[in-house]
Amino acid sequence: MDADRAALTRLPRWVVPALVAVPALGLLVFYVWPVATLLRRVLHLSIVGHTLRAPGVGAVLWFTTWQAVLSTVLTLVLGFVPAYLLARYRFTGRRALLALVTVPFMLPTVVVGAAFLALLPDGWHGTATAVVAAHVFFNVAVMVRLVGTMWAVLPVDLTGAARTLGASPAQVLRHVVLPLLRPALLAAASVVFLFTFTSFGVVRLLGGTAHATIEVEIARRALSLGDVGGAAVLSVLQLLILGAVVWWSARWQRRAATHFSGGTTVRRARHATQRRWLTAGALATAVMMAAPIVLLVARSLQVGGHWSLEGWRTLGGRTTNRPGTNLGVDPMASLLASLRFALVAMVISVVVGALAASGIAVARRRGRWLDAGLMLPLGTSAVTLGLGILITFDRTPFDWRARWWIIPLGHALIAIPFVVRSTLPVLRAIHPDQRAAAIMLGASPLRAWWEVELRRLARPLAAGAGFAAAISLGEFGATTFLTRSGRETLPIAIDRLIGRAGALPRTQAFALATILLVVTAAIVVAADLPGRTDADR
Amino acid sequence: MLTVEGVTVRFGDRVVLHEAGLEAARGEIVALLGPSGAGKSTLLRVIAGLLVPDTGRVTVDGHDVTRTPPHRRRVGLLFQDEQLFPHLDVAANVGFGLRMQRRPSAETRRRVAELLEQVGLAGFERRRVANLSGGEAKRVALARALAADPAVLLLDEPLTGLDRELHDRLMVDLAALLRAAGTTAVLVTHDHDEAATIAHRTLTLPVWQADGS
Amino acid sequence: MRRVRRTGRATALLAGALAISLVAACGSSSSGPQSVTLVAYDSFPKSGTPLNDALARFTKNTGIAVNIVTAGDTGTMVQKAVLTSGNPEGDVMWGVDNTLLTAATDGKIYASDPIDVDFGDVCVNYDIKWFKDHGINPPQTLDDLVGPSYKNLLVVENPTSSSPGLAFLLATIAKYGDGTNGTATGSTTTTGTGSTTNNGTSKNGINSWQDYWKSLRANGVEVVDSWDIAYTEKFSGAAGSKGDKPLVVSYGSSPPAEVVFANPPIDTAPTGVAAQTCFRQIEYAGILRGSKHLGAARKLMDFLVSSDFQKELPLNLFVYPADKTVKLPDVFIKWAVVPDTPFFVAPDDIKKHRQQWQEQWTQIVLR
Repeated sequence: MDADRAALTRLPRWVVPALVAVPALGLLVFYVWPVATLLRRVLHLSIVGHTLRAPGVGAVLWFTTWQAVLSTVLTLVLGFVPAYLLARYRFTGRRALLALVTVPFMLPTVVVGAAFLALLPDGWHGTATAVVAAHVFFNVAVMVRLVGTMWAVLPVDLTGAARTLGASPAQVLRHVVLPLLRPALLAAASVVFLFTFTSFGVVRLLGGTAHATIEVEIARRALSLGDVGGAAVLSVLQLLILGAVVWWSARWQRRAATHFSGGTTVRRARHATQRRWLTAGALATAVMMAAPIVLLVARSLQVGGHWSLEGWRTLGGRTTNRPGTNLGVDPMASLLASLRFALVAMVISVVVGALAASGIAVARRRGRWLDAGLMLPLGTSAVTLGLGILITFDRTPFDWRARWWIIPLGHALIAIPFVVRSTLPVLRAIHPDQRAAAIMLGASPLRAWWEVELRRLARPLAAGAGFAAAISLGEFGATTFLTRSGRETLPIAIDRLIGRAGALPRTQAFALATILLVVTAAIVVAADLPGRTDADR
Repeated sequence: MLTVEGVTVRFGDRVVLHEAGLEAARGEIVALLGPSGAGKSTLLRVIAGLLVPDTGRVTVDGHDVTRTPPHRRRVGLLFQDEQLFPHLDVAANVGFGLRMQRRPSAETRRRVAELLEQVGLAGFERRRVANLSGGEAKRVALARALAADPAVLLLDEPLTGLDRELHDRLMVDLAALLRAAGTTAVLVTHDHDEAATIAHRTLTLPVWQADGS
Repeated sequence: MRRVRRTGRATALLAGALAISLVAACGSSSSGPQSVTLVAYDSFPKSGTPLNDALARFTKNTGIAVNIVTAGDTGTMVQKAVLTSGNPEGDVMWGVDNTLLTAATDGKIYASDPIDVDFGDVCVNYDIKWFKDHGINPPQTLDDLVGPSYKNLLVVENPTSSSPGLAFLLATIAKYGDGTNGTATGSTTTTGTGSTTNNGTSKNGINSWQDYWKSLRANGVEVVDSWDIAYTEKFSGAAGSKGDKPLVVSYGSSPPAEVVFANPPIDTAPTGVAAQTCFRQIEYAGILRGSKHLGAARKLMDFLVSSDFQKELPLNLFVYPADKTVKLPDVFIKWAVVPDTPFFVAPDDIKKHRQQWQEQWTQIVLR
């Protein structure tokens, strides 16, 4: 219908601007401006040359790339079986296994890093193997979600037809299934590559001093060496690389896109051998995903090799073996700080996210700009965000980098897209006649919008709030740049404690990581893991 | 009670309605018959105010409401797919119009109970919309529309798509309810039986071509 | 209707949560009656020592509460201060030393010139018992450390994050000279035991500090991030440590610390100092630029250099007080080692080359 024709039922003109004003302004001030500042710093070519020629930068670039490639390949290979199982078969415990596979993806990177420190023997710490292993653990969920959901709707007749033509199962896989799955495989590969390329927490905890990704190097230069210019150069370089990868993979995916009709074709295992393979595969997956978590909790209950609750009991205290010395962080205080920040970040994310989603839904075509804009912080590494904020807000009247609220705000930047993603589909799914029905019952257009659309946001906003809280609790990259002494968050505290070789501080770090793990997992599971397929029922 | 004159609606090149009009006296039920594409639903939406015509005039109870927003026209619309509010229970749905009119809650509760009784759904107040059967949903939608006490009630193919038995049953009930309530109504349908049973008078809308014929 | 009430309650809860969180967050940053925040490195005690008692006396006399915030090892502390200059994490900063002073002043972190509060020497400490048990003589010079008899025995701190680590690196630079910057900067060749720059008199083929560290790496040196970890967890000679390394970069005053903290008490120091590996370190304290409690900060500064506070330094921070009138405790005099001619590098050279040295070191030792 022409816009004209709905003239009598249209929302007042001020609604869209009122809705998008705050999100758009926030995006401009706290994202675009910092990124622009980073770019401006890098315009001095001398810095670029100096940094790129500095010793070790080439090695960092090389390591970042090859570990990302290796992690991606391994994730694709190792995630294959779980994706297949969970996509094509129905079995008892399927929901639990799905949750077990997905939860690691939502865990804070420091928790994953700590879990692998608990899992791997000491000799493996600081190795590239540890880093890659942790990456695979993290990202199997991507395979299961992206490839699995496509596999689930692969028409079973196609494979059946190939079999009747004489193809063995292996040939079916190679010539029918894999080519058909290509778009999903590409999507999964790009996502995993991007995540592992920009990996920070995992590499910082597991990579030791010898292995650093670009992100870790950016942090080192800015925070330890005092070379903020060099850090900016690396950030921009990374942005360019990421942009190229995203653009290239999007092109590739578009060309390979195919569509299937029909619903999911999930079935139970038919005969004993199938059931045995299924059980074996499911168990292997379960063990692979659960082992690091279980060991993390177990190690938090051990001090120096024997079982003890001392790590937990001493969380409130601060001293180590010598009187007067301290750990540098106060575990209980950091827990409280994290919770406070999470609360504030949650409120900001929910409010701004609701405003943005409503505005985008009402503004239709023009809303896509805000939608895309709000997704940008997700594509920018958290470290770059933190660095950008650090170097931008350092002069009056914008002297905000040391204010307490800049940290939850940074968290919100990353969480708002999740809130929008969980509320926008709900808004868009509301039939346009719902508003008309309310209007015909006497509600003004504005009132009808509130009654029929906004009131239905309660549930998705609750889910979004949960995500925001989980993201804030676990955020590490940006917080590293903005953290203030005495107000460290849990991830920062874990990072500081984990580096210690002493038994007690280490155990305390594992205990804190366990707390973070439990809280995050609880929030994520409660907030309804997104992407339930039909086969779940 | 209701007068519609000279309504023309053009979507691009396509003429959907050309100089369409109708009249309905107080308490009269008029049926609009015609094949698909004749613009019956469009005309309803124009009367409702959801669609602004190129030309034409709509008068309700003596007032020219052509420029009045729909929520102030005292015109009700019963949608073909009911459009019940899924996040509210049956009572909240039915009482919606009364709440918009800011009636006291005691009065609203009484009226809701009364209407549910009339449509044969006594005691359904707390039911969730998702748990209603097809026939029950239609009745709730009717109760909701009637509760708001409109001057004119528009019904957009209310019984289309129902199975024969349910259709016939509801047809009789709808006729009885509307007459008992004394509502002025315009019913859009492509079923002659329906038109004959429910309405006092039947109009046919011709299909218009682009050339105005 | 039910729905309305539920939404209303949810909104109220959310608003309440927001209010509480705002109050809580704000409350943590404001202070009640007069208080001042002292920013120090991790090994500065927050409670439980006579140092803290002294600060309590300060509070009693002036009514100003002292809040101690630790900001990591000295290098991290300075860098954080530079990045937050003008909006500091506290009011007074304790512990920036001469190796990092130019970084601090260039970063404009101080409101006024910092005052030196103590000094000490960073030297390689050794575990006497370990060497006796293994029948080896403990090392005495930097050259010794690359010898095969001391393979895999030394733990050092990362000079990028730790100030004793940086001091030790500077000691090696002072002794062996800089391979990349040549002899133009004459001051790198200043006082030091052993030979001066790369003018050919090289032992073991070591012509520069870069060569030296390559050899150290080949000789199995272990690197950790901070003194705390190196000394209390890696060094076998520290009380309560389960470490297995008998050589560590620590302070000339660490042996007396071992005597003081020994439980059960001992009367000889279990550790010794290789006096020809020492680097002189001077620590400073200063008021941070942008502090909101300048009056209280000045009072605290005065207290920090007063003898009431300075007299607690030897036995708690294990440094020599800048206040020369303070009488040193006996255990200190008996067991601390003060080298005659510790290594020294001019502040200007540090200012010019520190970053480059740190980067090169990282390349040579860690990558």
